[in-house]
Parts: sequence; C-alpha cells; structure tokens
Amino acid sequence: MVSKQEISDLLSQVKDPEIPVLSIDEMGILEDINITDDKIEVRIIPTYLGCPAMEMIRLQIHQVLYSAGIRDFTIRQLNTPAWTTDRISAAARQKMMDYGISPPIDGENIDKLLSESSHIPCPNCGSTATSVKSAFGSTACKALMVCSVCKEPFEYFKCFKAATRDTHFN
Amino acid sequence: MLEGKGPLFEYLIYLGDNSLILSHRLSEWCGHGPVLEQDIALTNIALDILGQARQWYQLAATISGTDLDEDKIAYLRDSNEFRNILLVEQPNTSWGHMLIRQFIYSSYITPYLDKLRGSSHAEIAAIAARSYPESTYHLRWCKDWLLRLAKGTEDGQAIMQSALDHLWDYQSEFLKAGEFEATMAAQAIAPDLQDFTPSVPAEIITGLTEAGLTIPAQNRNLSGGKKGVHTEHLGYILAEMQFLQRAYPGLEW
Repeated sequence: MVSKQEISDLLSQVKDPEIPVLSIDEMGILEDINITDDKIEVRIIPTYLGCPAMEMIRLQIHQVLYSAGIRDFTIRQLNTPAWTTDRISAAARQKMMDYGISPPIDGENIDKLLSESSHIPCPNCGSTATSVKSAFGSTACKALMVCSVCKEPFEYFKCFKAATRDTHFN
Repeated sequence: MLEGKGPLFEYLIYLGDNSLILSHRLSEWCGHGPVLEQDIALTNIALDILGQARQWYQLAATISGTDLDEDKIAYLRDSNEFRNILLVEQPNTSWGHMLIRQFIYSSYITPYLDKLRGSSHAEIAAIAARSYPESTYHLRWCKDWLLRLAKGTEDGQAIMQSALDHLWDYQSEFLKAGEFEATMAAQAIAPDLQDFTPSVPAEIITGLTEAGLTIPAQNRNLSGGKKGVHTEHLGYILAEMQFLQRAYPGLEW
C-alpha cells in the first residue's frame, strides 16, 4: 500500500511542460491526492480552460505512477476550486523569475499592463522600465514583454483571478 | 440530439455553440495573421474559447444522462441543431472584419460571464468564473486593435467602417432571449437578458466612438440562431469541421 506522501513525492517529478522548473504542485495544479480503499485518485485543476498542457500533464502523471508500479489510480480534473495565480507559491515565483519568466504581480490587470504604467521587472537585468509587446505570448497565460534597459525580450506570467459571485444576478 | 432533453441542456449547448463556432472561425487565421505576434495572440484566444466550449459541452453531456460526450455533441449535429448566434458564424473576410466581430462578441459575453458567475447552478457558475477573466483579456486586446486599425490610415478606417456596417445587422441577437434562456432565467440559472442595459453595451459605443467609426443608422436586427435558423455560412463550417467524424465515425487520434 502506497502512502499519500509517496505519491506526492513521485508527483513532484511532474513538471509544467511550459515552465519545466516548476512541478504541478508548485503551480497549484495538483489539488489533492485521495486514497480510499486502496484506490488512488489524483485530483488536478486546469489553469486556463483551453490550456493544451493539461493533456501532457495527465500523461506525465500516468507515466510517473505507472513506472513506480502503481496501477490502480485515476486522474480526475476538477472544476472547483478555480485555479488562480494566487496558487503559485512565493518560492515557486522566485524559481520562475530565475528561469526567465517574470512571475505574476498581484493586482496587475490587463488595462494597467497595456497602459505602460505597469512595472513588470525584467528577469535578466531587474529593471522595471519594461513594456508589453503582445498581451498574448507563446501561451495564453503569458504576455510578451521587452526591457528598455537591457533590450532583451522576456515573458510575464499574467495575474489571473477567477471567483464566483455569492449572490444570484444582483 | 436536442429533442426531449430540456431547456438546461439546450442552454448549455447554446453557450458551447457560440464558443465552438467562434473559435473555429478564429482558428482559420492560424498561420495567416498579419504579424507573428498577432497570429499567436489570435490562436491563443481561439484556444481559450475552444476550451470554454469543451466545458459547456462536457457539462451538457453529464446532465443529459445519456452516452453523449463532447465530441458527439460537436461533430454529430446538423446546423438546425446549433443554437449559436449568427454573428459568430460570419466569415473572416479581412482582419478588420474578424476584429469587429470579436469586439462586438467580447463586449457582450464579458459582462454576461461576469453575471453568470452568480448562477444558481454551481457547475455553470464555476465555468463562468473560469471563463470571465480570460474574456476580459480578449476584450482588451480587441479594443487595442480597434483603435490601432481605425485610427491608422484612411484605408484602415474604410475597411473597419465597412466591416462594422456589414456586421452591425447581427449585433443585437445576443440579448434577444431564446425560449430556453427565458426558462433558465426564471430559475436563476441564467441572468435575465433584460437586466443588461443599455441594450448596446456602453463598451461598444465608447470603443467605436473613440476609434472614429460611425455607428450605422440601419440595423436589420437579424436573428434566428437560437432557434437553429442559421445563415448559409454555418453549413460550410460544419462541412469542414465535421468531415472526419462523418466519414469515419468514432475515429480517434
């Protein structure tokens, strides 16, 4: 019988295909591992609804667990809670920065981002004199930026909040 | 496929169809965008919207209590069973036409999804909550391009104006409630479309005015999509999109 901790350790090998320095746990994609009656259920929540990386992530989870000799498991994709960039830990944000992607800044929204009043730090030189080239970069979750100091292009992981409303249509 | 499955099923199909057909239209731009960055941006938007379609169809399949799945819903219906508004099936024609179509759609769907986050149906509220922030990005992207194209050269202005004149006829259908929407609104599953005032979103008026475009005086208020009566364009989309599943039923990658 495998423990939750063992599964969790195995799953730390599963990285986000777009940001290979971060595991699905660090990205907040792994919601829970549920073990009841020897049945293992890995619960994941998708980032963007159309994110093509989700299929790859499922496949990788399957491969990692299967290679470890685990057979009786299911991967379930949940709709709630909704994924937001708040789920990315501070340590993970630092790793993202070191990898060359500027991590999400709380309160940053698209209007601010495109109005040139944003101060997204450049992961290469640290300058905040940067501007947006395109609100949609190599993937929907990132914007394409350019630094006006070191002139290097880089990507910014956009701030993403998703919340339901409490009241019905008021 | 819709018969006997009730208004909730039809409503979910409606939400999914708007997204599927629009994302198909947008995906036709893949590899044809005016510059690489915008080709990529538009493909990303298409993917977001396709992702939303999948969520609505998956939920529709689940509540149907049958062996339906998202693929059968997308690929095995003919145009009279599609409920999308006519606007989303209109051809790309030019980058300007695509942009006006997307600007009008995003201006309606963004506040709509915002409200839908408060649906009494928990699953619907959850999908709306996930789709809404994506949609705000699409709308902002449209507004940027609207200004850039309409305020650039005279040619740009003329193309944008002609696109607007053509697509304006399809502008009002979104807020004209279909039967299934009225039933859903009564159950607080869907927002009441009469609560959306003014009937042309302020976003559209200010955007077009800022871009220096003239809001067309004529509007034929074309509709029919919510009843399954479509323009001829939908048939061509389906012929292409559904070909493989029609020729080789059940085929998988």
